[in-house]
Formats: sequence, structure tokens, C-alpha cells
Amino acid sequence: MARIGVFVCHCGENIARTVDTARVAAAMRDLPGVVYAADYNYMCSSPGQAMIRQVIAEQGLSGVVVAACSPHMHEKTFRGAAAGGGINPFLCEMANIREQCSWIHQDREQATGKAIDITRMIVEKVKRNAPLSTIRIPVVRRALVIGGGIAGIQAALDIADGGREVVLVEKDPSIGGRMSQLSETFPTLDCSQCILTPRMVEVSQHPRIRLYAYSEVESVEGCIGDFKVKIRRKARAIDESRCNGCGACQEACPNKRIASEFNQGLGKRAAIYVPFPQAVPNLPVIDREKCSYFRGKARGSKKDLCGKCVAVCGPQAIRFDQEDSFVTENVGAIVVATGYRLYDIGKEQDDKRLKGYGEYGYGTIPDVIDGLQFERLASASGPTSGAIRRPSDGKEPKTVVFLQCIGSRDPAKGIEYCSKICCMYVAKHAMLYRHKVHDGQAVVFYMDIRAGGKGYDEFVRRAIEEDGARYVRGRVSRMYRDGEIIKVLGYDTLNGSPVTIDADLVVLATAMRPQPGIEGLAQKLSVSYDKHGFINEAHPKLRPVETNTAGVYVAGACQAPRDIPDSVAMASAAAAKVLGLLSNEELEREPTIAVVNADLCAGCFHCERVCGYGAISHREIRDRSGSLIKVVAEVNPGVCWGCGTCQAACPSKSIELAGFTDDQIYAAINAFADL
Amino acid sequence: MKIGYYPGCSLHATAREFEQSFRAIAGPLGIELAELDDWSCCGATSAHATNHLLAVSLAARNLALAEAEGHSALVAPCAACYSRLATARHEIGGDAALAKRVREILGRPFENAVKVQSIAEVLRDAAKTIAERTTRPLKGLKVACYYGCLLVRPPAVTGFDDAEAPSSMEDVVRAVGGEPVEWRMKLDCCGGGFSLSRTVSVLRLGRAIVDDARDAGARVIAVACPMCHSNLDFRQKAMARSPGAEELPILFITQVVGLGLGLDPAGLGLNRHFVDTAPVMRRIAPSATAAAPATETG
Amino acid sequence: MSSHHPGNRHTLAAEVREATGLNAAGCYQCGKCSAGCPMAGEMSLKPHDLMRLTQNDERDRLFGDESIWLCLTCETCTARCPNECDSARIIDALRELALRHDPERAPRKIRAFHQAFLDQIRSHGRVFELGLILQYKMTGGPLFQDALAAPGMLARGKLALSPRRIKGIKEIRRIFEACEPRPGEET
Repeated sequence: MARIGVFVCHCGENIARTVDTARVAAAMRDLPGVVYAADYNYMCSSPGQAMIRQVIAEQGLSGVVVAACSPHMHEKTFRGAAAGGGINPFLCEMANIREQCSWIHQDREQATGKAIDITRMIVEKVKRNAPLSTIRIPVVRRALVIGGGIAGIQAALDIADGGREVVLVEKDPSIGGRMSQLSETFPTLDCSQCILTPRMVEVSQHPRIRLYAYSEVESVEGCIGDFKVKIRRKARAIDESRCNGCGACQEACPNKRIASEFNQGLGKRAAIYVPFPQAVPNLPVIDREKCSYFRGKARGSKKDLCGKCVAVCGPQAIRFDQEDSFVTENVGAIVVATGYRLYDIGKEQDDKRLKGYGEYGYGTIPDVIDGLQFERLASASGPTSGAIRRPSDGKEPKTVVFLQCIGSRDPAKGIEYCSKICCMYVAKHAMLYRHKVHDGQAVVFYMDIRAGGKGYDEFVRRAIEEDGARYVRGRVSRMYRDGEIIKVLGYDTLNGSPVTIDADLVVLATAMRPQPGIEGLAQKLSVSYDKHGFINEAHPKLRPVETNTAGVYVAGACQAPRDIPDSVAMASAAAAKVLGLLSNEELEREPTIAVVNADLCAGCFHCERVCGYGAISHREIRDRSGSLIKVVAEVNPGVCWGCGTCQAACPSKSIELAGFTDDQIYAAINAFADL
Repeated sequence: MKIGYYPGCSLHATAREFEQSFRAIAGPLGIELAELDDWSCCGATSAHATNHLLAVSLAARNLALAEAEGHSALVAPCAACYSRLATARHEIGGDAALAKRVREILGRPFENAVKVQSIAEVLRDAAKTIAERTTRPLKGLKVACYYGCLLVRPPAVTGFDDAEAPSSMEDVVRAVGGEPVEWRMKLDCCGGGFSLSRTVSVLRLGRAIVDDARDAGARVIAVACPMCHSNLDFRQKAMARSPGAEELPILFITQVVGLGLGLDPAGLGLNRHFVDTAPVMRRIAPSATAAAPATETG
Repeated sequence: MSSHHPGNRHTLAAEVREATGLNAAGCYQCGKCSAGCPMAGEMSLKPHDLMRLTQNDERDRLFGDESIWLCLTCETCTARCPNECDSARIIDALRELALRHDPERAPRKIRAFHQAFLDQIRSHGRVFELGLILQYKMTGGPLFQDALAAPGMLARGKLALSPRRIKGIKEIRRIFEACEPRPGEET
């Protein structure tokens, strides 16, 4: 026998101005099954909540309806009050007569009538509510960080320092990411590697961090608290237990003409190589596409295969026959920190939506380079030992032109967003250039200067006022090679005249893009990404380090362009979320998720097809002798979000949301239709 | 292959040699040119600069004529006509209200089904045939391929070649054994329709183009537009020139192809130019018949 | 093409939008168009200036300056504009609006040329170049320029001495009439 209590809130003037709350309460009193109905000024206040507790006890209520604001606001509050009053919290529901009634209507008569309808519908539903218990799932108290750049490193260290084990996966042979390639960082002009490498060493030595470098995530299964991640450890062709990092193999390799990825194509490396001296781990890797041994083998040669590295390797660590291996790690939380790469101005693009800059030569002019290449020139460990030199002839450029917004803020090329860091690093480049070439002239073509961080605007002003950078507001229409120089045809919109510069070197500030292959990784993790590939955060304002997939967090430039301090902050924030999650032995989840009635389920798996979260799995039902009777759907309580799509799709009505059964929904609808 | 042919006003007058050479090479290349019956002026600059609806409608009339004659494609050798016709097709295709209005104005059935092609596209697509039929390879002839502005821009309308680094004309030149040069001004405007109303601009723009082609080592400039030809050929004498700089003959791309196919230079209209084309003839084949200067108007 | 908040429909930007579907507000004044414009050296108002004046509804300055008439529609600006503003098309629209609102201030020579050209089409269906040149010179073009070229042109068979009228000339005239701007009408 239902004994429902209805509490109609005035919400001050928010509801009461438009809805006659006393009349609503009176109308409820007439409903069969309602034993108590009252209206009150502020139900969410302490006295309001106390009233709920008191009436539950006095009237022996079997259900509570609070007609007030949106459940988003106070469902938790009132369920807490109901629990305090001694009934199951899921026997308490809200009827939204504010956002869905008083806030959107003006006619008092009609609004009151609507409020009565809404409340009556919820009363009928609540009569059919069943008590539900919070779901608890066990937590594996380890974390996975994907990406070993500064964001991944920071997240791994924070989680490990917080007492939890971390698995760090990095696809390149060494961790360090883009920051290891930089010369100096703004706004302090700290040597980038000097501040980064201590962190890298810490990662390698931390007792709670397991580092898989030169590895990639192969597959991900499971849910928050219990992910099973298969990791592919790519074959370096090196026995890690024997290699002592002496580097003799690099020296001995006969093929040293390969464009170095670490030096962004400006320097050379060998076929067996350590990407840079401070690499962590300090292990070489063999590039099988360029190594003479592997190429010979691929051609079918059996004799005279190169083995110069083997010959000089003291510890005998080279293993040509090594193959990729797999390892599975069980973790409770995942942080995605895969970082960025730069947009390329070439004619061929990996994304059909993008175009290159034909007007700047499509990347065929050798002395037109990008920001990371300039960093390698400026870097003391770079191909020119820190001297600024033209790639074409090695001469020192006396006029360097920097162009901002290449790709960025350029819908015609396919990228409409601003890449955030370029204004700052161009100023930095102009300053580094002046510090190294005292009689050199830097010219910067810009549209705007975005320097909002701490000390940032002052930094740009320093470039202009102290280091002589000439800033020209306008874009460049075209550039082409003219003998030894590059003719740059731009415009100064501030004084209204065309500007032509004969440049010795041109540096393009190209757009930041997420790493290639991010879409594939995101799909493995079931996280969403935007049209550019950037990982989507759960809420742009209030949940910036979470994704919409429970247990998967995001940090750094893989979510949007950002600089080092913001990436580090985001990584620490993600680590905090992870530590919070892992501080529990069990996770609580709302029980309003799908439940399968195995007796009715025919195993058609429409539900599986429509589930956007991968929450449906197959369960075999066998008889006592072990023979298979049927296969039915089963809901993973850790993954299901309670969206209800399966309930709508199921032809046999054998899957329903607890708390939102067909019975309850129809009761509410029928109450409205007076059936 | 049969294709609708829209000559445009200049090809029957000041750019006669363009049509002459195009017709001469069409046969050997297996292209049957079906000139649109009773075609009218596309409107050129004067229409689009003063009355957009008129510009689209005048161009659309010819597209409708091509449709009525059953053509699936229409070639307009003049780059300006090509631009007007292709732009009309593009705009009508993208704006239903405009399409309706134009149909009302034309009073003719019109599905906007005919594809508009430039001479560069047609010849590039025939490059293999050109190479096969080349009997007099233009070895050692350095050619600057001049696209002008409208052949490959705007990219949304043209689409058959890259708007900043096009290569269709170079492909054609290579097919006849010529040597295209790398030069900078291949897309810079010659001054177009300002030939009469603002000649001084044309002389300035034209000079930069000819000088750059010459500096790049070219001995001839190949063009695909009557206005470009007129501005660079007819007006070359009036351009200021550095002492010792030779005049550069300006050839239509169809004439370049015709020479490679071994056709008679007079039949290609090479006697109708203002800048003497004889140096080109001497360069490619010392024994080739020198083009006798025309004395009749035929 | 429609926006949620169209605002004043009689500004220059609104008229341009009505005529072309293009949004002049897209121009963020980067100057790339003017940097690559072949006529920029001769224009007192360069392409990005024309966009700016359109944004600011300064039709008086625009229509009173010959700059819009110096645009060659070479499409370089449109091809390179990062924000896809299609300035070449907007400049065409400005010319059409100038002729509608303030025709007397368009430069005489250029106006005469365009009129002579269109008159040729209206009379014959095609442009008879000799007739074009004659009419142009009589209505404002330079009288003696190129006069010495005529014999050269004739000798090379490049000038027809008499016009030929197309069969469908009535169609052409109908098109012209249908496209004439009626007073107060927006295209």
C-alpha cells in the first residue's frame, strides 16, 4: 500500500511567483496513495530537509516526491534526507517544476496546472520505485600513463609519489617528448633538457614506475577500476639486460646518413641509434627499414649480411632475431598524455581536410623551416652545436624572418584554432637568434600577440624592446627562392604598406596537432575526440582532465594546444584525480543502470549493437551437465552509464534501467494522459 | 572524343591563332571539336564587375546551349571565358535560389549538367596521346609556362590543378619534348582587361613577367589565354626593357603542341604574332619551314 | 547565410551579404590579400582596406575612390585568404553597389569601357572588337592610344571589319532586360 509524501518547494520567488504551490500541494492530497502533501519556502535548506526526515518517520512514508528544481541540483540532497529519515534513498524522486515549469512560463493558471501534472506523474512513478543499493566494484590500485613527454612524466611521478604503481608507456625509443628537443623554454630561457632530464632519470629510477619505452598500447578491455591493457613492446633488436649503453654500435654502423627524427631532419643518425645522449632508457634501437642487415634479409640474401655493430658490442647485446613481444597490465585508471606534433606545410597531408602552403613553397625550399627545427639549430646538442646556420649552405643567416599563424587560425587550410604557444616561442626564437648572431636582424610577421601567462607579455616586449626584433603586423602572401635568398612578400597593416624582406632563413610557426594515430588509440580507450583528433574533455569548464569514459583521464597537448606549465599543471591534476580514484578499495556507482532479465533474454544482442559504451557482454547459461542452454546479454556494472538506449532497442523487453523500468515510465505517462 | 567547343569572342578576332592552332591539333589528337551553335559572349570582366546576375545569366546561356546539343563537357580555351563559365556552373550548382532565377531568365531548359574544362586540362589529359604523336620533339626549347590568374584560381571553381604550384601546362610541354623552366611569375596577373582602359598597369605587370621568364632561361612563354597573349605579345614592344634583353616570343600552348606534332607553323598562326616567332622555329629545327609573315587577312 | 542576429539590414556589409552570401566580418585584417595583390601599388585603398571600410559602413569613402575599379579579379586574394572571405567577389559586389548608389563617381574611362563592352553584347551577342574600341574611344577612352597598332592588327587578320550578329540576339536582349536593376531592388 503506497504511502507517498509530497513536498512542494517555493524556491523563494523562483517557483512561487509563477506557480501556486499551495494549490499544487492540495491537488496532491487528493491523489490515491498520497498520505501527506505540503508546500514550503526552501526545501533544500536544513529545516526543509529536517521536515522530510520527520514526516517520513511520523507518517511511515513508503516514498517521497519533492516538487522543486532540477534533479541535477538537489537530487543528492533529498535522497540523503530520505536516507536520514530511514527509507531507501532511491524511493525519493524530484519533480522538476522550476526549470521545466516556473522558469519558462508566465501564465500562472496554466503553469500551476502544468506543475500539478508534472508532480502527479512523478508520484505515480515513485509508487513503483524499488529500493536500490549502490553498486560497488573493486579497484585495481595501479595506473597506466600513455605518453612519456613532460605531461606523462609529471603524471607518472605524481601518482608514484602518491604511493601507487604506475605503468608508463612511450612509443618512441626514449621518453622526453617534444620538450627534450627544445633549446630553451619561455619565459625564463631555462635550458630545456637541464630541467627535464632530472625528471626523466627520476622516472627511470622510481621504484613504483614501470617504464615500457619503444612500446605502444595494443588493446584495452574492462572498465574503471579494472582495465586490462595489452602492450606491444616493439623489438629494438637489443637485449636490454645486457646492453650497457656504451654507444659503440652507433659509431660502428656503416650507414650514418639517415635523417634524424630527433633533429627534425636537420641532422643525421645511424641505422642503430640512441636518439639523444640523455635518452631514458639509454638503449639503442635498430631502424629495420634502413639497417643493411634487415634489408638484406628482406631481399632474401643469406650471406654477407652486415654485422658491424655485433662485432663491436662488448656485452653481445645485439639480437637480430628479436621480435615484438606483448605484456598485459592490469590497472584501475588510465591517463592519456600523448602530446603533439607540428602541422606540415607540404602538398601531401595525412588528413584530407588539410591543405599545405603552396604560396610558401610546399616545404620544398630548404631554408624555410619550422619552429622545432629552429630549436634543434639553437640547441647546444643539435646538428650545428647551437649555431644558427642555413640548412642549404651552412652559412650564418643575417636576416631571419619568422611567420606566426602557419596553419593556425587558417580555415582555408583546415585549422581554425589558435595554437597558443607560437607567439611566445617566436619571441623566444627572435631573442635566441639575437643572442647568438649579434648583427642579425629578426623580422616577425604576426596578426596578434597572445601572451597571457605569467611574465609572458613582458617576455615579448623584451624581444622587441631589448633584443631588436622587428615586429610587422600583417601576413605574408608569398615567398620564393631568389638566388641565395628567400623573397618574402608581406604587408604592414599598421602603416599600410607592403613589406618585402630578403630573408636568409625563414622560420614558420606551424600549428600544433595531436600525434598521428591518436584516433586509433582513442577508439581503443572508447574516448571521444574532435575533428582535429584532440581528445575531448568531459566538461570544458569544470572537468578539464577527465574524459567521458570513466577511469580515463587526459593531460597535456593531446587535449588542446598548451605550453609546458599548463601541461604540467594538467598532469598533476589528472594524477590527483587518479590518486583519488585509487584511494578507494571499491568504487561506488549509481545503481540506475541496465539490468538484464536472463529468463526473457533471447540473446539477439541488439543491446550490444546500440550500446555506446561497450557495456554489454555475453554470458553463457549452461545446465548442470555443462551443455549450453543459451547465451544472454550481461551488463558490466562498471561501464554502463544508464543511458537507456538498450531498453529502447530490446524487442523482448528483457533489459531495463533499474529505477526507470517500462512500468514506471508508462505509469508516469498514463498519469499525465489521465488514463 | 567529341567535346563541346566555346571559342569566345577573342578567338575569332584578336586571338585567331589560338583557334587556328587548336583546330589544327584537335584532329591528330583525336578530339572532335563541336563549336556551339550560336554561342554568345560570356560577359567577361565587364559583366561580372557591374552586374552579377547578368554575368551568371550570359554565361549560363552557353552552358544551356551545350546541354541542348548533348555535350557532357565544354572546353573554353580563353581562360577568362573558362573562368566565367566555370564560375557560373559552380555558383548555380551551389545556390538553389540563383539557379531558379537564372532558369527563369534564360527561358530555356537547363540542368547545369555540363562540365567546363580549360585548354590546359584537356591537353594535360591528352598528354599521352600528344607524346605518342610527337614527330618533332622540341628538344632544347626552354618554355616558361604562364598560367595567368584565372586558369587555376579560385581553387573551388577550377579544381583540376594546384592553385599555387600547377603543373598541367608543364606536363603538356614535356609531352612534346620541350623543357619547361622553373620560374616565379607563372601565376601573376598580366593586367587582363585593363589592356585598353589602363594600359600603363598592363605594361608594368607584363614587364615583370617577361623579365622573370627571361631570367629563368626561357626562350618562349607559353600562354593559354587571349588576353595574356595580347598583353605580353602585342604590348611587349611598349614595355620598358633593359638594354640587350631579347624579346620573348609568346606562343599559345596549342601552338607549342602543334609544333611538336610536326604541323606547319603557318597553319598554327605563328605568322600572326607581333613578337616574331622565327627564333623559336630556328631553335627547334633549323630545317623547319620559317613562318612567312602574313600579308592577307584570311 | 542567415544569422541569428541579422542587425541593421541597410549597412553596406548587410547589402554585400544579401548580394553575395558572404560575411565581411570574417576579415581579421591580416593583410595577406594586399601583400599579394598585383594592383596594390596603384590602389590607395588596398583589398584589406576595402574589406575594412565595408565592415565599418564607410560607403562614401569606398564609392568615391577609384580603388574598387582597379581590381583585376585575378583571384589571388581569394585563393590565399586564410578566413575564406572571398574578397574578389566582395569587391565585385561593391562595384555593382557603387553603380547602383553612386554611379557618377566611378572613374569615367573604366565605366566607359564596361559600358561599351556590354553594349557590344547587347547589339550583336558577341563583342566586335573594332566596334568596342571605337565606342570606347568616343565615350571617354584615350583617343589616340593604339591608333598605330590598327594596321598591324588588320595585317595579321586579327581585326574583323564588320560585326556578325548571332541568331538568338532577342534572347540576349531579354537577358539584359531581365537583369537590369530596378530602382530600390536588391539582387
